[in-house]
Amino acid sequence: MTSPSDFELSRRKLLAGTAASVALTAAPSIVNAQAPTIAEQNAAAGSATLKVSFTVNGAARDLTLDTRTTLLDALREHLHLTGTKKGCDHGQCGACTVIIGGRRINSCLTLAVMHEGDSITTIEGLGTPEKMHPMQAAFVKHDGYQCGYCTPGQICSAVAVLDEIKAGIPSHVSADLNTPVQLTSAELRERMSGNICRCGAYSNIAEAISEVAGRPA
Amino acid sequence: MKSFTYERAQSPAAAAAAAARHPDAKFIAGGTNLLDLMKLEIETPAHLIDVNGLALDKIEPTQEGGLRIGALVRNTDLAADARVRRDYAVLSRALLAGASGQLRNKATTAGNLLQRTRCPYFYDTNQPCNKRKPGSGCAAIGGFSRQHAIVGASDACIATHPSDMAVAMRALDAAVETVRPNGATRTIPIAEFHRLPGNTPHVETALSPGELITAVTLPKPTGGVQIYRKVRDRASYAFALVSVAAIVQRDGTGHVALGGVAHKPWRLESADAQLPRGAKAVTAELLSGAKPTRENAFKLPLVERTLGAVLTEAKG
Amino acid sequence: MKFETPATTNPIDALKIVGKPFGRIDGPLKTTGKAPYAYERHDVVSNPAYGYVVGSAIAKGRIARIDLAAAKAAPGVRAIVTADNAGQLGKGERNTAKLLGGPEIEHYHQAIALVVADTFEQARAAAELLRVDYTKAEGAFDLAAVKGTGEPRPLFGGPADTALGDFSSAFAAAPVQLDATYTTPDQAHAMMEPHASIAAWDGDKLTLWTSNQMIAWGVTDIAKTLGIAKENVRLVSPFVGGGFGGKLFVRSDALLAALGARAVGRPVKVALQRPLMFNNTTHRPATIQRIRIGANRDGKITAIGHEEWSGNLPGGRPEGAVSQTRLLYAGANRMTATRLAALDLAEGNAMRAPGEASGMMALEIAIDEMAEKLGIDPIEFRILNDTQNDPERPARPFSQRQLTECFRTGAERFGWSKRDPRPGRVRDGRWMIGIGAAAAFRSNLLVKSAARVRLDRAGIVTVETDMTDIGTGSYTIIAQTAAEMMGVPLEKVVVRLGDSSFPVSSGSGGQFGGNNSTAGVYAACVKLREAIAQKLGFNSAEAEFADGEVRAGNRRVPLAQAAADGGLTAEDGIEYGDLDKKYQQSTFGAHFVEVGVDSATAEIRVRRMLAVCAAGRILNPKTARSQIIGAMTMGVGAALMEELVVDKRAGFFVNHDLAAYEVPVHADIPHQDMIFLDETDPVSSPMKAKGVAELGICGVAAAVANAIYNATGVRVREYPITLDKLLEQMPDVG
Repeated sequence: MTSPSDFELSRRKLLAGTAASVALTAAPSIVNAQAPTIAEQNAAAGSATLKVSFTVNGAARDLTLDTRTTLLDALREHLHLTGTKKGCDHGQCGACTVIIGGRRINSCLTLAVMHEGDSITTIEGLGTPEKMHPMQAAFVKHDGYQCGYCTPGQICSAVAVLDEIKAGIPSHVSADLNTPVQLTSAELRERMSGNICRCGAYSNIAEAISEVAGRPA
Repeated sequence: MKSFTYERAQSPAAAAAAAARHPDAKFIAGGTNLLDLMKLEIETPAHLIDVNGLALDKIEPTQEGGLRIGALVRNTDLAADARVRRDYAVLSRALLAGASGQLRNKATTAGNLLQRTRCPYFYDTNQPCNKRKPGSGCAAIGGFSRQHAIVGASDACIATHPSDMAVAMRALDAAVETVRPNGATRTIPIAEFHRLPGNTPHVETALSPGELITAVTLPKPTGGVQIYRKVRDRASYAFALVSVAAIVQRDGTGHVALGGVAHKPWRLESADAQLPRGAKAVTAELLSGAKPTRENAFKLPLVERTLGAVLTEAKG
Repeated sequence: MKFETPATTNPIDALKIVGKPFGRIDGPLKTTGKAPYAYERHDVVSNPAYGYVVGSAIAKGRIARIDLAAAKAAPGVRAIVTADNAGQLGKGERNTAKLLGGPEIEHYHQAIALVVADTFEQARAAAELLRVDYTKAEGAFDLAAVKGTGEPRPLFGGPADTALGDFSSAFAAAPVQLDATYTTPDQAHAMMEPHASIAAWDGDKLTLWTSNQMIAWGVTDIAKTLGIAKENVRLVSPFVGGGFGGKLFVRSDALLAALGARAVGRPVKVALQRPLMFNNTTHRPATIQRIRIGANRDGKITAIGHEEWSGNLPGGRPEGAVSQTRLLYAGANRMTATRLAALDLAEGNAMRAPGEASGMMALEIAIDEMAEKLGIDPIEFRILNDTQNDPERPARPFSQRQLTECFRTGAERFGWSKRDPRPGRVRDGRWMIGIGAAAAFRSNLLVKSAARVRLDRAGIVTVETDMTDIGTGSYTIIAQTAAEMMGVPLEKVVVRLGDSSFPVSSGSGGQFGGNNSTAGVYAACVKLREAIAQKLGFNSAEAEFADGEVRAGNRRVPLAQAAADGGLTAEDGIEYGDLDKKYQQSTFGAHFVEVGVDSATAEIRVRRMLAVCAAGRILNPKTARSQIIGAMTMGVGAALMEELVVDKRAGFFVNHDLAAYEVPVHADIPHQDMIFLDETDPVSSPMKAKGVAELGICGVAAAVANAIYNATGVRVREYPITLDKLLEQMPDVG
């Protein structure tokens, strides 16, 4: 299928501002051209920057960032990985969910500089339109989304949820804390509750996750 | 968010010492509450001391037969620990009733104790709030107070403590271990850790400036049926209207602590003594002197009914 | 193309592609994070500055003094836009309050400044440094208190008062009467993508990459507000992260991004902070509704009256909660009245099914109450008062009306016959179980809509229209329409949406997008077919377009050949005659809900849901079903938790973030069952489809309320139905 939205982007004039453009390459080193590099102790002047190195979707990244930059904004504004969404910026919606070291977190409520050496997986690291992760394919098949904005967070969360169940981590609805966790519909719904979908695709999302997990919804 | 400098602490003592050097410093671990508040400039530290590198992420047995929970143990790991699930089920249940999977993966044991209120007027910096800005007044009094305290409040503040975990800790008689900037350590019983608002609602805990929580200890398991019941409008990912942490022994004695009703986890030993007489008697003691608002008066019958259901469940 | 007489057989009827449950063609982009939303256009804008919006700290009054010095001196700050320096600004036709306030303040969190800095962090920090002194004015914030001052005000130009027969006498004479008052609270759209825009100027030409449902409205209103020619404004909105009516109009993000970009000579990006959105943007206004129904003992309604009071800023519109009552049930004596009071809260405006969503929340409880008074099954009571004609104008039929069939089908599927009509009789452990039903009703709106279709040498059909896809599935159903019309597989169709350089469509709103935008694409495809037929030497009336070929008799030519010496393009649109006057076009459904109410805490949890809908031809059963179940989810929110709480002293919505304004989460929503009845409606358009997106929310909350009553015997008439409203009347804990 031809992409429904190739937008003619490549042919459209880039509207650049007065300052020099940020050099954007696939190279591991991207420096924010806007923020002057000043020493940490110069924070009194109004902005402190620090170097941080981590891995995103398998690629090493070195950034010099304002200490205030959240991991979410580092991904979206500095690395241009905009698949991770900002829905509330306060840990109240789950759209910014990424996976670090196998665990899902809200990337809006953590500072980028706190992730030195971490291995971060975003939605872009799970699959591509041409080669989707089974969870991504299941969301398409079951129409587990509508507007699509919460979707990357839902999918990252769903992938991690199945691992959490495998690891035996209990949930609020686990009937018995001392027996293995069952993969039930109620378990999935409780565990996914940190990902809000205002379009209301919950029922379809549950079916998509259930299919990947190998059980009926 | 105000600009701040940032350092990674290498040891608990070094962290406390760094805090002494920077009077406007805050420790950051999970960051799930602190960064939320910093974005709104409700918290404005000039320096952040990242304590995540400290080796405080173990759960170990104590000499007394209890557990020492490192300050940095994540909520997910604490809830999932086999010993906690077996011997302190009320704690596991309370943790799992709180927040979301993502937040529990990040939030720490110490940070959970230090959560600040979810009062909407505390969160809106245009509004008066004695907790956020001492002396500015309390907009919640006479305002939207459905979530607010019914006991232990003051004319200065009617906020509640939002933690579920802390309510279970209170029922379990946990203790908080700390280190101060001078290197001195101390243990604070959980009952004394959180404060009532009084005239200083901005002072929420017994911690002194720069004091760092290193662990929370649980006494030897007491057995009994352990239940945490959280009541809320939304089925998940919501703060409690009311919650009950209960440890009930075969003989009907036990401990009961409430969440969602006060500025701190609410437990009275005198109310525990009423347990054999049932929910009505316990509630009467726990909520004696309650001063609800028109909007949260429902919490009185709700506590009694919820406790009743919990005690029925405990009997099996 | 003018659509003036009911559709006859046309190429869509082949239903080779239309009507099939294709997965969304934009799905792989959305699920892999590659679909670009407004704030994410690194592909077209480099090196933008960041804007952060400052909202008013008071609800009403004036800015006495604003001190920008500290903020201006903060690191990275490039400009601060305020009403003082923004130049002369107009106001969009569709905005009630100004998008940039000052010195006069019209509502809480009305934008008063945009701080523009090199980085987001710098802009946010500097925004806190503005020092603003206000002179507060008294405002009205309590609907119940000012209800009596409400003035007659119609919704969308209809009459504010309607009457047929003699309602008062008939109601007074009715042997069975209901007179009850219901309230619905202010509600927030709370779409997941905040309002966001990137603005860039190229000379006097402005481009806004934004998140907007109605591109042409946005162009007009931005041009009007900025005082520039419409031709100099371009809006681009290919992906919209939810709208529900909240993005029908340009909001402060778009205007302030444009002003900020002009001030700094560089592109500027702005996303509204979530805690600002609830008071800064629009919301569904609260209502007070009085419903009176009189009936004979046999259950026939003889009198039905519905009055609504809502409030808004001066110049705003009422919610319009009485509209469905004019059309849904029979009854010879009828009245409705709409009253609008002045309130100084943020602007009330359209949210998913404006009017009917709120109205059905009340009406369908009233019907349940009336059925109980009559001792008639509530579904039978509805069927008894069903009608095939407009109750106010009996000579005017509904084009299609399968309300009874929806209820019969749903009752069978849901097991309605097992329901115990006596409240509080069914238990499942600690849960009290109840079942409730309600009608769904939402009218179908006809809006003209245009598109451009191009065939290229490779046989690819490209559709361009300014239609938006806000999660509705527009990309997919438009591709299906073009594929069906041109006789090509779906893979051969490219759809480009949401760009004001494309022909003007219906846009997305009022559940009119699906039917009208595809009808516009149909019209353009008819024109393209004619051009192709002519080019290839076919008689266009005989030519069949199928399997990538054009055929007539024994002759068959590959479609692409028509474009061999350059592409062929056709542009047309659909316009409507008076079929919506001759026929009442509406969509219908029946909602069924089972709830459990905790016998101790009165916590309410939905256990089962079913909707049966009849809404014309379903263009894509998969995406249409998603629209319905999504609306059902929002309906559960309306029933059980959603309420913007007004601080009546300071005049603002207190719970202005996603932690305090609760919307349903996964754990609140069970598996949802959904059935579409077979229906085609040749009166609605050549597509024979109707709206579907908003039907799904209408009536859901009442079905939940009725189920709660069935479970507990407690009748709550004030939404949301939270446990504190049940507790007092709950049975003692065992």
